[in-house]
Amino acid sequence: MGDWKTITVPALSSASKISYQNTSEKKMSPSSLNMQQVLRSPLPLYKSMHSFSSAFCTEENVEQSISYLNRELTTLGFPSLYSECKDKELNVVSVLNCLNELLVLQRKNLRAQEEVEIQHLKLGSDMDHLQNCYAKVKEQLEASRREIVGLQERDRQQQCKNRNLHQLLKNEKDEVQKLQNIIASRATQYNHDMKRKEREYNKLKERLHQLVMNKKDKKIAMDVLNYVGRVDGKRGAWRTGKTEARNEEEMYKVLLGGYEQRQKQLLVENAELKKVLQQMKREMISLLPPQKQKPKERAEDGIGPVLSDMEEDAVELNKENMWELSCETVREQLTNSIRKQWRMLKNHVEKLDNQVSRAHSGALNGSDVISREDHELETEKLELEIQQCKEMIKTQQQLLQQQLMSPCDDDDTSVLLQDCYLLEERERLQEEWKLFREQKKNFERERRSFTEAAIRLGLERKAFEEDRGTWLKQQFLSMTSDHKNSEHVKTQSAYSGSSDPDNQLMNFRSRQKKPHCLPSVPPSEEFCQTIQHIPHNSNSSVVLNKTTEDSKPKQWKGLNKAETEKCIKTSVTEDF
Amino acid sequence: MNFSEVFKLSSLLCKFSPDGKYLASCVQYRLIIRDVNNLQILQLYTCLDQIQYTEWSSDSLFILCAMYKRGIVQVWSLEQPDWHCKIDEGSAGLVASCWSPDGRHILNTTEFYLRITVWSLCTKSVSYIKYPKACQHGIAFTKDGRYMALAERRDCKDYISLFVCSDWQLLRHFDTETQDLSGIEWAPNGCVLAVWDTCLEYKILLYSLDGRLLSTYSAYEWSLGIKSVAWSPSSQFLAIGSYDEKVRILNHVTWKKITEFEHPVTIANPKIIVYKETEKSARVETESLAFPPARAQASSLFSTKSKYDISQVPVTLQSVKPVTDRANPRIGIGMLAFSPDNCFLATKNDNIPNAIWIWDVQKLKLFVVLEQLYAIQLFQWDPRQPRLAICTGNSKVYLWSPAGCVSVQVPMEDDLQVLSLCWHSSGDSMALLSKDNFCMCYLEREEVK
Repeated sequence: MGDWKTITVPALSSASKISYQNTSEKKMSPSSLNMQQVLRSPLPLYKSMHSFSSAFCTEENVEQSISYLNRELTTLGFPSLYSECKDKELNVVSVLNCLNELLVLQRKNLRAQEEVEIQHLKLGSDMDHLQNCYAKVKEQLEASRREIVGLQERDRQQQCKNRNLHQLLKNEKDEVQKLQNIIASRATQYNHDMKRKEREYNKLKERLHQLVMNKKDKKIAMDVLNYVGRVDGKRGAWRTGKTEARNEEEMYKVLLGGYEQRQKQLLVENAELKKVLQQMKREMISLLPPQKQKPKERAEDGIGPVLSDMEEDAVELNKENMWELSCETVREQLTNSIRKQWRMLKNHVEKLDNQVSRAHSGALNGSDVISREDHELETEKLELEIQQCKEMIKTQQQLLQQQLMSPCDDDDTSVLLQDCYLLEERERLQEEWKLFREQKKNFERERRSFTEAAIRLGLERKAFEEDRGTWLKQQFLSMTSDHKNSEHVKTQSAYSGSSDPDNQLMNFRSRQKKPHCLPSVPPSEEFCQTIQHIPHNSNSSVVLNKTTEDSKPKQWKGLNKAETEKCIKTSVTEDF
Repeated sequence: MNFSEVFKLSSLLCKFSPDGKYLASCVQYRLIIRDVNNLQILQLYTCLDQIQYTEWSSDSLFILCAMYKRGIVQVWSLEQPDWHCKIDEGSAGLVASCWSPDGRHILNTTEFYLRITVWSLCTKSVSYIKYPKACQHGIAFTKDGRYMALAERRDCKDYISLFVCSDWQLLRHFDTETQDLSGIEWAPNGCVLAVWDTCLEYKILLYSLDGRLLSTYSAYEWSLGIKSVAWSPSSQFLAIGSYDEKVRILNHVTWKKITEFEHPVTIANPKIIVYKETEKSARVETESLAFPPARAQASSLFSTKSKYDISQVPVTLQSVKPVTDRANPRIGIGMLAFSPDNCFLATKNDNIPNAIWIWDVQKLKLFVVLEQLYAIQLFQWDPRQPRLAICTGNSKVYLWSPAGCVSVQVPMEDDLQVLSLCWHSSGDSMALLSKDNFCMCYLEREEVK
């Protein structure tokens, strides 16, 4: 026992080693692993077997080992190795069974183990794959992390740069401000210095002036042969207050002359422009359709009529002496009217433009934008609409015509419609009535034929009764000679038997149906046939009866009998 | 196009008389008066020193010659060759001299702008005007010659004095809102005076004849401002060229800016015609050259021909990067002039020295750009028609008209480096001036059409 344990442990350990190897040797391909497995797995088994045979059971401890095995097996749920009746006797059969079962188990276990190993391999490879994936993902993660870090770094740098730039900008701005201040201060300083220097310079100039001019400089002189006359030939006038005033006057004259000239120019320009405006206005009026013009004017401003009146006045004025009147009112009128017309013209032109553009875009869309399907759908819809409209128009026309045709004076269409409906209904009813009458006639005719048939039937029945009487008589006469008439009687009773409720019901039904079903009743020839049948049937039933006693299948007999009976019954009921 | 022979000249002093009959030219201390038609010498006056300035009186009867170094002005009469007049400013010195519009008074500005002396040729009277401002355009006469505006400086403030020229009476005296006035200019109609501030500040003020301030205009602050100003002949527009390479045009009704003409280096608008002067070196056929070349041959060899090509836009013009650390930088609109018919405006951007922009004033758009091979020295409109004469300091003269432009070689044996030119009042001829010589250039009428 101790031995076994010591031995089994290495086996287990080896197995576990294999598994470890499997798990540890990840990089091996599954196929190679499998190969290894295959190569290795039998080895330890074999080893263990060998150790079993060598160590477990010897000649000496057969009994012990058997008992041990027995115990072990029983604990594992196998039947006892010993036979139950006799103590301590090895039951070979059970041993064999056990062995067999063990072998089976072993095989199953092996298979299971194999499966498990395969699965293990699969899982291992899956694991590998997953680990690979994991590694890859991890790498990616690492890479992206690095990237993120890089980007963050760059971002930081950019921000840093930005900050620096901002700082620089601020510095620059400050610098600019400072420089401007410096410039300003320098300018003021410069101006100040300049002024100082200029003052000094002026002082010097003054001094120089005094020195140079006041001293009687003989050199400063004009040496002229004789004075020449003025250009205008006049003598120079004395400088007095008068001359000053005259000079002023002249200056203003010059200025005035300048302004007058300018005004003249402006007037000419104005006149030209007015002329152009007037012409434009006229052209606009002629261009714009007159009927369009009026309502728009009124729509646009409430003072339209007044303005137009004024306009007329202006036009009248215009005819006379427009150009002389450059006063405010005329100008206003002109500008107003021009503005108004211009607005109208603008609207008009815009409208035209819109139309053109729309047409253009429509053409464009037709070729490019709107798909053919949409187009077709639209056309279909439109066609449908057209159809509907046409129908509506038709009905309306009809109604109109009806209205025209109808002599009635009242124009109320509802009444008319009602009348129409009533008429229609009446017609329909009349038709139905006609049909009904025809049907009724048909029915009459049929009834007559039925009654005739019934009369005929009655006659025939009488004849038949007579025939039967005679026939029965003949039968009776012939039967008296026979001894076996019991059966005949039976059959007779069956024929005449009214005890059967089914039969009665049938009878009742047939009677009820009679007036209706009469036409379907076969004529006399058929009737005759049925009559002829009866003896046949009776014969056959006899035969059948005979056969039932002979043959085994009873069901058949009964069924046949019942059928025959039914047939007979029906035939009988039909007789009535 | 015909050219006269070459005459001697000094200091570029060559002037047509206002009536168009005479031509005055100075050679050292001699003043030579010629007949414009045949260029024969009519009079020859000898001055006391080298003439530095000369000016015709408005009636073409007198001509003054100023010798600033000696502080002397000499006046000569054409009608009376014996008549003479000498004005000596003595120790006060002389920096400028000019005629009054009536042609009977001479205005002398003394050194240091101490005063302006008004000498009359009719009477003995002498007038003094104190405190004139030391600036280039400090005196302005109206076109009709009635009024004179004078910039003054007193107590560190700018003032304008308006004088009546007939009797030199002060008509108006008012201060201007300028830091340091640098120029004044009357509108051609004589009713509006434009006053502009120093280049440190962009500011232009418009005054009426009676001293009212009509309007003030300032385009921007801080950077250098106005460089040149020109009235249109109709007084309708005032063109202001500034250091920001733009010309702004003000209108005469509201005195607000109508438009702004930029002068970019690159011209991309395909509607603008760009004429580019291209030099075509003379056909040098080496085998035909004799070793000691004849003189005429040599001159023709070295004179290159040039013509205008129409450049395909976009065109990038040659530009000079201005030196910013020096005063008066070569940048901005330094020259601008309206054509006499008011239709065109010619401008020159100083940092694109080879190009002239010609603007259509009616459309207020750039019309033509001329790109020369050399820097433009001067351009002047024909006084009668829209025709622009240009000189670039070489031996050629260039003419532009709306019909096109031509480059004309001055056919002289010695190269005449045209530094300046002046039109005759008829527009039929012009004088081309070089450092030492001048010649007349006659234009045929039919050629113009």
